[in-house]
Amino acid sequence: MRDIYIVGIGQTKVGEHWDKSLRELSLEAIRQALEEAQIELPEALFVGNMLSGQLSNQQNLGALVADHAGLRHIEAIKVEAACASGGAALHMAYVAVASGLYDVVVACGVEKMTEAPPSKTTTALASAADALYEAEHGLSFVALNALLMRRYMHEYGYSREDFGNFAINAHRNAANNPCAMFPRAITQEAFIQAKMIADPISLLDSSAIGDGAAAVVVASEHFAKSRPLTPIRIAASALATDSVAIHDRPDPLFLQAAYLSSQKAYAQAQVGPEEIDFFELHDAFSIMAALSLEAAGFAPRGQGVRLAIENEISLQGRIPISTMGGLKARGHPVGATGIYQVVEAVLQLRGEAGANQLQGCRLGMTQNIGGSGAVAVTHILERVD
Amino acid sequence: MDISAYWRTRKQRLSLTGEICPHCGAKLFPPRDICPHCGKPARTPYHFSGRGTVYSFSIVYNPPEGFEPFVPYVVALVKLEEGSLITAQLTDVEPECVYIGMPVEMVTRKMREEDEDGLVIYNYKFRPVLQPTSL
Ligand SMILES: [Zn+2]
Repeated sequence: MRDIYIVGIGQTKVGEHWDKSLRELSLEAIRQALEEAQIELPEALFVGNMLSGQLSNQQNLGALVADHAGLRHIEAIKVEAACASGGAALHMAYVAVASGLYDVVVACGVEKMTEAPPSKTTTALASAADALYEAEHGLSFVALNALLMRRYMHEYGYSREDFGNFAINAHRNAANNPCAMFPRAITQEAFIQAKMIADPISLLDSSAIGDGAAAVVVASEHFAKSRPLTPIRIAASALATDSVAIHDRPDPLFLQAAYLSSQKAYAQAQVGPEEIDFFELHDAFSIMAALSLEAAGFAPRGQGVRLAIENEISLQGRIPISTMGGLKARGHPVGATGIYQVVEAVLQLRGEAGANQLQGCRLGMTQNIGGSGAVAVTHILERVD
Repeated sequence: MDISAYWRTRKQRLSLTGEICPHCGAKLFPPRDICPHCGKPARTPYHFSGRGTVYSFSIVYNPPEGFEPFVPYVVALVKLEEGSLITAQLTDVEPECVYIGMPVEMVTRKMREEDEDGLVIYNYKFRPVLQPTSL
């Protein structure tokens, strides 16, 4: 299979964009990415988005975004995989170029979440779960993750406070990210005092929903070589699935889809977890961060939280995570998140991560999870000098 | 919820009717027609006893639409005695009294006063198994 590169990136700040709709947000990210890559017209566009139908009464997002980004007539479709929509859109872009059909395409993730009343957004997010057998019983998406967290605490003997460093680390890193929704540090005291949403998950265990868009230009090797910026190689792009409902999994505390997509990615890139320099994981909730670290092979089962307690997840630690704030503090515009993770990994690998720059990093991994573990998309990105 | 969807799922909602796999014996709830354990067809109806224990639980403070009047309410994964997990609300119990391992049994309860289509939805919930009081 031929080598595939990222040759341009773009992102908007995550937040409450009262002045911008889905169209303006995606236009901003896509134009930034195309400008960086010095490309006028890509051959195709894959738009990752989860909620435009439910929250903005707008589907047909491929054509809409293409048209408003000045790309009318190109191949363009929406890709939906709940909170993993962004990662899935990049995966489809990768497949399109890897197949040889196209040489240059764009993957964009966009979400507009702050316009609807909170209960409507909560209902819409719960559609990532099994509608008949989970959401129908009044479980919010947060509640499903809370079920996992409570069981994890019970099986491995952790308390709520033990999860605090996931949030503290994310917020510390977000403080230096101009695109983050909450660029400020928090304390362990604040974590302990935080308001409960679905016990034992509090506000500070949870990522913040926001509006935002991010985009990357994906190109073949031939095309990438003629571009101005250091191209970053996509060494692996792998997607795997599991049952949508937690109750259908024989071992709910092991994210099988995340495990399988990580394994596929390691095999494609021909590396192991010990060679990965940093990991942009799916910290939608602190329990998800712990379970992802375990599924991706960075910690044995039950020890994901220990990496946080021992501060091995910080920029100076053994496996830095959420280096620009993660979902927790950069914010989680759900369908855009998977692209934000990749944009941030590219910044690290190019050496453009500012105050949060990791020294000498060569391999970065991103993992975008949809639902409570139903879909996982893993990318491994490589700086090639 | 549409009336037809409610009608279609009435047996599972009201009597916990799932399936048993004739090939490997796995008991499946909800019914799904293909056994996830052995991959073969599984269409034999099976009535679950409705008894189980709490595998995990949460207390919901920020509910989805339609559940606002019930906050805070308890949701749980219940490990049925036949081995399957099921997601449901707990009822007839104070949130602070729930614990992992608590014995529970299935009951039929109203889920919501009326949903967006005007239907009164009944579904299964689980309550603590009543213990005989000792004098
Ligand atoms: Zn079977």
